Amino acid sequence: MTDTRNRPGRTTKRAPALNTVEFLRWAWRQLTSMRIALVLLFLLAVAAIPGSLIPQSTVDPAAVFSFRENNPDLARWYDRLGMFDVFRSVWFGAIYLMLMVSLVGCIVPRTRLYWRSFRAKPPDAPSRLSRLPAHHRWVDSDDAETVAGRVEQALRDRRYRVRRYVDGSGRQVVAAENGQLREAGNLVFHLGIVVVLLAVAYGALFGFKGAALVVEKEGFSNTLTQYDEFTPGAWFDTTDLDPFTLTVRDFDVTFETAGEQRGAPRSFRADLGYVEQPGAKPAPYDLQVNHPLRVGSTSVFLVGHGYAPRVTVRDGDGDVAFRGPVPFLPQDGSYTSIGVVKVPDAQPEQLGFEGFFLPTQAFDETRGPYSAFPDALNPALVLTAYSGDLQMNTDEPQSVYVIEKDKLTQFKNDKGDPFRLLLRPGDTVKLPDGAGSFTFDGVSRAVRLQIGSSPGKLLALLAVIAATLGLIASLFIRPRRAWVRVDGSGGDTVVEVAGLDRVAGGNLVEAVEEIATATRRGPQEEAT
Amino acid sequence: MTTEQLGYASNLALVSATIVYALAMLSHIAEWASARKVVVREQPPAEAPRAELVAAGVPPAGPPAEGTAEGVAASATDAAPPTTGAEAELRTERFAQIGVSLTVLAFLVHLMGVAARGFAAGPRVPWGNMFEFATTGALAAVAAYLVALKLYRTQWLGLLVTGFAVVVLGVAMLTPVYVAPGPLVPALHSYWLAIHVSAAAISGGAFGVGALASVLYLLKSRAESRTPEVQGVWSRLPAAIEIDRIAYKVHAFAFPLWTFGALIAGPIWAYYAWSRFWGWDPKEVWALITWVVYAAYLHARATAGWQGRRASIIALVGFATFLFSFIGINLFGSGLHAYAGV
Repeated sequence: MTDTRNRPGRTTKRAPALNTVEFLRWAWRQLTSMRIALVLLFLLAVAAIPGSLIPQSTVDPAAVFSFRENNPDLARWYDRLGMFDVFRSVWFGAIYLMLMVSLVGCIVPRTRLYWRSFRAKPPDAPSRLSRLPAHHRWVDSDDAETVAGRVEQALRDRRYRVRRYVDGSGRQVVAAENGQLREAGNLVFHLGIVVVLLAVAYGALFGFKGAALVVEKEGFSNTLTQYDEFTPGAWFDTTDLDPFTLTVRDFDVTFETAGEQRGAPRSFRADLGYVEQPGAKPAPYDLQVNHPLRVGSTSVFLVGHGYAPRVTVRDGDGDVAFRGPVPFLPQDGSYTSIGVVKVPDAQPEQLGFEGFFLPTQAFDETRGPYSAFPDALNPALVLTAYSGDLQMNTDEPQSVYVIEKDKLTQFKNDKGDPFRLLLRPGDTVKLPDGAGSFTFDGVSRAVRLQIGSSPGKLLALLAVIAATLGLIASLFIRPRRAWVRVDGSGGDTVVEVAGLDRVAGGNLVEAVEEIATATRRGPQEEAT
Repeated sequence: MTTEQLGYASNLALVSATIVYALAMLSHIAEWASARKVVVREQPPAEAPRAELVAAGVPPAGPPAEGTAEGVAASATDAAPPTTGAEAELRTERFAQIGVSLTVLAFLVHLMGVAARGFAAGPRVPWGNMFEFATTGALAAVAAYLVALKLYRTQWLGLLVTGFAVVVLGVAMLTPVYVAPGPLVPALHSYWLAIHVSAAAISGGAFGVGALASVLYLLKSRAESRTPEVQGVWSRLPAAIEIDRIAYKVHAFAFPLWTFGALIAGPIWAYYAWSRFWGWDPKEVWALITWVVYAAYLHARATAGWQGRRASIIALVGFATFLFSFIGINLFGSGLHAYAGV
């Protein structure tokens, strides 16, 4: 940012006739001033707060949904203000954009200035070195030329940029300067932030992310239709999807079995086989949380898991109308999962089942059947059954976890209560009125894979590392100037050393003393 | 030793450390209390005899002078009220030294407690939940103070730092933040846990010390603006400008480390664990807010009209946002960092 202290010409007084150019110049100066940068930084911080306290549709859509249900009036206002998507709202974007402009407006002129000062040679010594904050003077036993050479070497050894000259009075002068990397670091820091933001924007435009649930022993091929969710960047071309396929050969999960943290997951690992592109050799991969698979420009992450009961449904004619695993959606830490089984091929009427999968079924008078532990120790299915029309042939997309009950009739038992199926693996239950049967064949696990590509992340990483290194340089490097004047004209060799820090708080006095001690020869006392 | 024994040893060490910190704090309180009587040049206490004023007016320069000053003070106390300026100053120094020694002792016990926790729970790095982060963060704050003490002689921070350690450890052990040591959930099975959380804890500890220094700066600068010759309690503190310099140094250390821990290591790990490096998770948002506020602090120090008081207040706001991102977000119970406990 432009340091307002160092800009004497700045004026906030408005001229009576401010034409467009003048106004723009005034606005630019305001926007790029440090004070406005400070205000913008605060605004950004304050603007981000609602994004962390109000549910965000990009982070947790379910929470937004329930918030809307519970506070319809407030939600209407939040919608108007973009509060459910703060980080993509107009006002957040405006602050962000102004901060970017302010950043660029600070970097460009400062880079120009820095370049000029970097090429400039260390400036001439001031006429009275004794006025500087650190100063030493002594009479040396060597001649002026030798002392000046020694001083020059000493300063070069201490990584100063050095210029040696003879002044108007014939005295040897060594002018030196170091710590110029402070400003360079500052510029790199600010430039790094701009690059990070650009890289992130690039990744958002050209990347994609998606999710898919894959049941154990089943496969996934990286095409659009196999995704459960898919969010492409604005300029992502779906034909660019890497043509890999993968199979989840085995999924292993362990849970804490005792103590306070009973039920907490301890490890997830999916044994994958994958084929990078058609015709390539299959390769194994041990997919774990924190250990994603990378294929081409795509990464595959293990982000969750669940259960898929394997079931067989026979219809009224005795034919197998459905057979296979059906993923259920976990609801809590004990993996009580909800789900449905849709059997559109059942004759004479379509069949539908709805209910719970309980990996470790237990029973409680008040709660009824529930899951006591997340692992599949005592799995059970608790379902109710329907027959009729599942309405799966309409254009309306249906959730795989919900059945449309408008045109379905629930099966009842003799007492007129809903007919309830409670099955353990291997069990078969016949539906009333010879409508068919339901068999719980066993339990498969399913893994939730997050698949995505975010180009530009390496650039963002390099930029943020460069920015941090620049930041460190700008905080800890102290620009310093030192001058040594050697006067041999009066017979004695009188040496004067002085230094000046451009940032307060350093060890200037010690540093100048150290230079004096290192270059001084002869027993003479310090001259005054 | 078994997990239970190590966990017990860890808790014992942390309780002991808290007690020793509390003793150190008491010693610093005594230091400040007796400093109230130090060197009252312009407004001598009405009952103070003349002889004491002479002794008080020339405070002992160093250890060699101590004996004589004490002797003078002791002879003067035979008949007069017990406290003289010089004696008060000596006693103040002694309390300060006891405070520092106790703090070092407490720090070592605290370090053992944190290390034992790591062995009990794994062995793994002992910062897998809120409790462990709090105990490690407090350890980092005391370490930052001890380093500053060694480099810049900042024993004037002792009272607030030991108080801070007592509060953090006390809250961590006595509230539901406490959890028994145990293994980690799979999302935390990564060496980035060691990198990301340690950087956050160390910079958090340093931010804490910086905030305490900023508080003292505000108090001292107010005292200085009232009277040019600050006396009594506030004379225990160096000049406001010096406190500001120390506060800046601590922040200048903490800010790049926070940048690294929260905005480099954090996103890298988030990418491996959650498949995206930045997702506006509440904790991420607040880590960014903290970063932005401290960035504003550094900018304020280079802006006319914002140095000094205003910059210090920004630093305090920064620490408040840090505390909120550490505690508040977990209490609200949302987001992906929720496994951190509570």
